[in-house]
Amino acid sequence: MLQLSQIFKVFNEGTTDEKAALENVYLDLKDGDFVTVIGSNGAGKSTLMNLIAGNLTPDVGKILIDTKDVTRLKEHERSKLIGRVFQDPMAGTAPSMTIEENMAMAYSRTRKRSFIAKGVTKSRKMFFKEQLESLGLGLEDRLNAKVGFLSGGERQALSLLMATFTDPSILLLDEHTAALDPSRAELITDKTKEIVSKNELTTLMVTHNMQQALDLGNRLIMMDKGQIIFEAEGEEKQRLTVERLLEEFQKIQGNQLANDRAILSH
Amino acid sequence: MFTALFGSVELGLIYGIMALGVYLSFRVLNFPDLTVDGSFVTGGAVAAIMIVSGYSPILATLAAVGAGFIAGSITGTLHAKGKINPLLSGILMMIALYSINLRIMGNSPNIPLMREDTIMTMFQSFWATLPFDGLMTSLFTTLNLPFTPSTWGILLFAIMIVIVVKLFTDFFLSTEVGLAIRATGDNPRMISSLSANTDRLKILGLGISNAFVALSGAIVTQYSSFVDVNMGIGMIIIGLASVIIGEAIFGKGSIFKITIAVIVGAVIYRMVVALALRVGFLETGDMKLITAIIVIGALVVPRLLENGKERRRKYRKARKIKEQYGGEKSVAATKSDL
Repeated sequence: MLQLSQIFKVFNEGTTDEKAALENVYLDLKDGDFVTVIGSNGAGKSTLMNLIAGNLTPDVGKILIDTKDVTRLKEHERSKLIGRVFQDPMAGTAPSMTIEENMAMAYSRTRKRSFIAKGVTKSRKMFFKEQLESLGLGLEDRLNAKVGFLSGGERQALSLLMATFTDPSILLLDEHTAALDPSRAELITDKTKEIVSKNELTTLMVTHNMQQALDLGNRLIMMDKGQIIFEAEGEEKQRLTVERLLEEFQKIQGNQLANDRAILSH
Repeated sequence: MFTALFGSVELGLIYGIMALGVYLSFRVLNFPDLTVDGSFVTGGAVAAIMIVSGYSPILATLAAVGAGFIAGSITGTLHAKGKINPLLSGILMMIALYSINLRIMGNSPNIPLMREDTIMTMFQSFWATLPFDGLMTSLFTTLNLPFTPSTWGILLFAIMIVIVVKLFTDFFLSTEVGLAIRATGDNPRMISSLSANTDRLKILGLGISNAFVALSGAIVTQYSSFVDVNMGIGMIIIGLASVIIGEAIFGKGSIFKITIAVIVGAVIYRMVVALALRVGFLETGDMKLITAIIVIGALVVPRLLENGKERRRKYRKARKIKEQYGGEKSVAATKSDL
């Protein structure tokens, strides 16, 4: 469960570069909600992600995860509760370490790391193998391969698995298919759908791809200029189409459409 | 000649502990830590002053390790909490340690340990009760070898201690905290999104790294029965030379192999220096220059070899393709050629 209330964030306050990234944002994710977030560049999607993950702290406002106030917690403290997949496929894994070592590090996310206990043990290896099998990419046979030798798609699939197999309270997906070629992006999208529904993860996914935002999740949020300007849930969301979304956007924004259509619908 | 080489193997193994420390900071944490020049002497100074004051050499050596750990953690704190650039943090600590080392040594620039009990003499007196040296000497004389080392005890002691440190390093880097330390050097963004405090891991890693360096300094001091406040100058380059030589020869494999490579690199470095110093026109003062040249060589030569290999591969391939597909003439560059 994730609650954001009255979030304000301004960058470079008091200078000529001042930019209000988020303005009075309220967001409430119930357990098992899968929310997709769309919006043009500079709408505040990334800022929202970084505020939840703890890379940034809000100027005003409160962030609660599982009813725990995490507003002032640092990223590494919060990430006990959060699984995250980055846009860059290289960002979520350590390239010079093996697949099993990467899995072991993700396994330790929810607990205190030990000075004595080995990261990779026999029983964990079995468990990692099982988890990797579910990806269906054959990674389970390459436990000792260095992650740097995997392709971008494989690395992103591994990152997704590493973010989810420890059952995080919140899963953050930060345009995690945007840097992949179409077929790999589809694979990761499918895996995301499968993993999120199997584990009933509370998920927030930012995407530039409107179709993906419609296909995935039970709620959709549209952001613009640091505010949530449109929300659809359940059946209402299911009835949405890309055209309807653009219409909604036009209704609210009107003037800027021509400019944004190019960015949003690619 | 052989005596010199034998000595350089002993010394190389002891310096191998320092090289493992440098491997931890430079390679594992990806942190070019110059504290080493200071913390090596800190180790020697703490051990020497304690031995002179009548403490047990073992306790003195352990205290040296602790002092090195503290020095490294301070460098780590300067960087992680003070947000000071890694190189600058190390240099600041190195400079600060120079004064601190002088203080530890009671403001005298060197302390001799000539008639003191050291960890070496302790092991040596135990070793003398075993018949091993006598056996080796008679073996060497019967084989008619050109030299006989006076004792094998120090070599064995050095091997034992460097292996202990190596195995500790291997084990530590495979623990949950160890994996997180490696990831801190490899992909800090990833490991902090996996709930690891990279600041604390850097401080810990640099602490351990400099604890190794100080241990090496303490043993070198007891080996040579002498500590000098300037003996740390250029130490970081010697450590780096060992790491690079080891990697150049053994490649980059598992941690287990790399730690062996680093130790062997340290021994090879000592041997090269010992051989170089026997060349007529070189003097002891040229040591640092020789070191710099060895490091440059170890960095540049593998790349040149690699380039040459690649060129030859392409050349062979081009010839093969030419045989298979005929010369370039048959390729139509434009339509009019057809």
